[in-house]
Amino acid sequence: MSRGLAYLGQAIVYGLVALCLGAFATWPSYRAFPDGKAELLLAFSHNGQRKEECRKLSREEMAEIAANMRRSEICGRERLPVAVELEISGEVIYRDLLQPTGLSSDGASQVYQSFVVDPGSHEIVARLRDSDRAEGFDEESRATVVLAAGQRLVIDFRADMGGFLFGGEAGG
Amino acid sequence: MTLRSPLLAAFQGLEVLLDRIFGHRWNPLYQLGALGFFYYWVVAVTGIYIYIFFDTGTTEAYDSVEYLTNEQWYLGGVMRSLHRYGSDGMVLMMVVHMLREWAYGRFKGPRWFTWITGLPVAAFVVTAGISGYWLVWDKLAQYVAIETSEWFDWLGIFGEPIARNFLSPSSLDDRLFTLLVFIHIVVPLLLLLVLWIHLIRITKPQINPNRGLAVGTFVMLIALSLVEPAVSHAPADLGAAAGELRIDWYYLAIYPLIDEIGAGAAWGLVVCVTIILGLLPWLPPRVRLQPAVVHLESCNGCERCAEDCPYEAILMKPRSDGLPFKVEAVVDAELCMACGICAGSCPTATPFRRRSALVPGIELPDRSVADLKERLLAAARGIEGAPRLLLFTCGHSVPAGSLSLEGVGVVAQPCIAGVPPSFVDYVLSQDLAEGVMVTGCRNGVCEYRFGPEWSEQRFAGARDPHLRKRVPRERLKVAWFAAGETKALLAEIAGFREALAALPPPEKPTRAKQATTAPPVVEGEGAESHV
Repeated sequence: MSRGLAYLGQAIVYGLVALCLGAFATWPSYRAFPDGKAELLLAFSHNGQRKEECRKLSREEMAEIAANMRRSEICGRERLPVAVELEISGEVIYRDLLQPTGLSSDGASQVYQSFVVDPGSHEIVARLRDSDRAEGFDEESRATVVLAAGQRLVIDFRADMGGFLFGGEAGG
Repeated sequence: MTLRSPLLAAFQGLEVLLDRIFGHRWNPLYQLGALGFFYYWVVAVTGIYIYIFFDTGTTEAYDSVEYLTNEQWYLGGVMRSLHRYGSDGMVLMMVVHMLREWAYGRFKGPRWFTWITGLPVAAFVVTAGISGYWLVWDKLAQYVAIETSEWFDWLGIFGEPIARNFLSPSSLDDRLFTLLVFIHIVVPLLLLLVLWIHLIRITKPQINPNRGLAVGTFVMLIALSLVEPAVSHAPADLGAAAGELRIDWYYLAIYPLIDEIGAGAAWGLVVCVTIILGLLPWLPPRVRLQPAVVHLESCNGCERCAEDCPYEAILMKPRSDGLPFKVEAVVDAELCMACGICAGSCPTATPFRRRSALVPGIELPDRSVADLKERLLAAARGIEGAPRLLLFTCGHSVPAGSLSLEGVGVVAQPCIAGVPPSFVDYVLSQDLAEGVMVTGCRNGVCEYRFGPEWSEQRFAGARDPHLRKRVPRERLKVAWFAAGETKALLAEIAGFREALAALPPPEKPTRAKQATTAPPVVEGEGAESHV
């Protein structure tokens, strides 16, 4: 192979490698979320109530505990599962019973669930039960939100902030 | 025909083509690992520059990268692009390197270690790259951060889901970026350590590409950076879903896959692929190699075998048999690839020995030097037609079976450097043939790494044991061929035989002459050597 042809060949090989590097560094593009839709993200971490009520220790029981370990009441570790329900414009789109985490079922119940919805106005109702009641919910919040295409609205639950938060705002 | 055959044929074809274009020394396919290292250094140097300007903070990170890209495009922008494309190049080289080694079957036997340690190398490269994409904190970073968190959250091993860190801007902390920068620096440093382990069993690994190839690659990267500079997406906005993304498929291909098949299935796939790759060296067919053996009575501790072994399989240890030498060769059977290069380097492996049995200091038990001599004599006896040519070849180049030609006798060893130079001398001085041709794998493709290189150096007198000066060089032809280049080798053989026919007839050795030119009584004679 002549020197000129070899150089031309090298230029072509380098060009092909550059093309390969440049192209697949950005192409083909990927649509991570459907065009013209909005995202609702139900995501919270909340402790269900304890399965057993805490009770005061008797004097005898206290006496059996080392002085530096003494406390006035004792609580069972296990927590109740948390029931959750999400309703949009009158339709329940999610309902689940979230089991407590942890090997001893003493951790928080967690949910991280994404929903693709049409943009526009939506009446959202979020309900939660963290007690051992048989029916109904302990918390219920509703909000009317107007979602733009591509918007991501997070529905969180923060007991310390008054319950459900819709995009950081408390519901009604 | 195996699963690897089509890929092997493709690589061999491409290697021949690139040999013609780049020349043997610059052929990028022979230096994939070294090119990977080169890309690493490009990424490291450009990374240091970018780090000087990078601000850790939820808004500052994006702004600082934008400043580099737009305000300082002539240097900072180019540096960022080099950083991006260098990283991509590293993945490209790594994947092609891995495929090529697999195609050539270089993952079995003692090579298991290098194969297995290649897996963490891949993991570290990908981890370093992904952590880099987080740092820009644009829409792509947001997507990568959330997807990665959700993927790891699927494992259920974290008390609080990591993805909750990305619910809203208020849940993000500037310190997260400090942590990410730390990861992005520490992981590449650890990668260097893993690379060192990856190469620990390889003698004289090539970790830098030839200068010409390095210059060409760097110029290519600069050109690509100027033509298609790396740019960011819009800044991350946790209040908006990630839309259309220009994904870097070299690093981020796993994320669309997670979207498609789900986090659990993606974990399953990653684990399965890792297990399959990890088990590959031990899957059938098993390779059973007979490691080299040392015959202490012939070993004078010259260290040439240890010097020539491509796999660090020979150690020189204090003498254990009382002979008046300081050290003796000891073979580590776990590392020995049974290439026989050690026998080719042994000065006692000479066919001229007559007084004692041909037992060299080191050799392969199933391909002994005595056996080589016998096969050589049998091949020489079987040659019909003139001029007679004795062809030494290796077991990984053009198959010896396809070289049954009139006037040609063929002798094959596992590696061509396993043929001691004294055998070439022996053929010509004993009038076993009018010419000798030495062939084997191309340099860079050599199954045992140094076959052609060591042979050429021995023939040129640059490496012990030397080919004796008395050997008429016009009767020796050295040429290297890939396994598929049968036609080219046949043409080379025909051409050389024509050249031999044109030479005046060689002087026939007489009994007296034999005694003077090839003193058979001296152990280790026949190969010039320098201790």
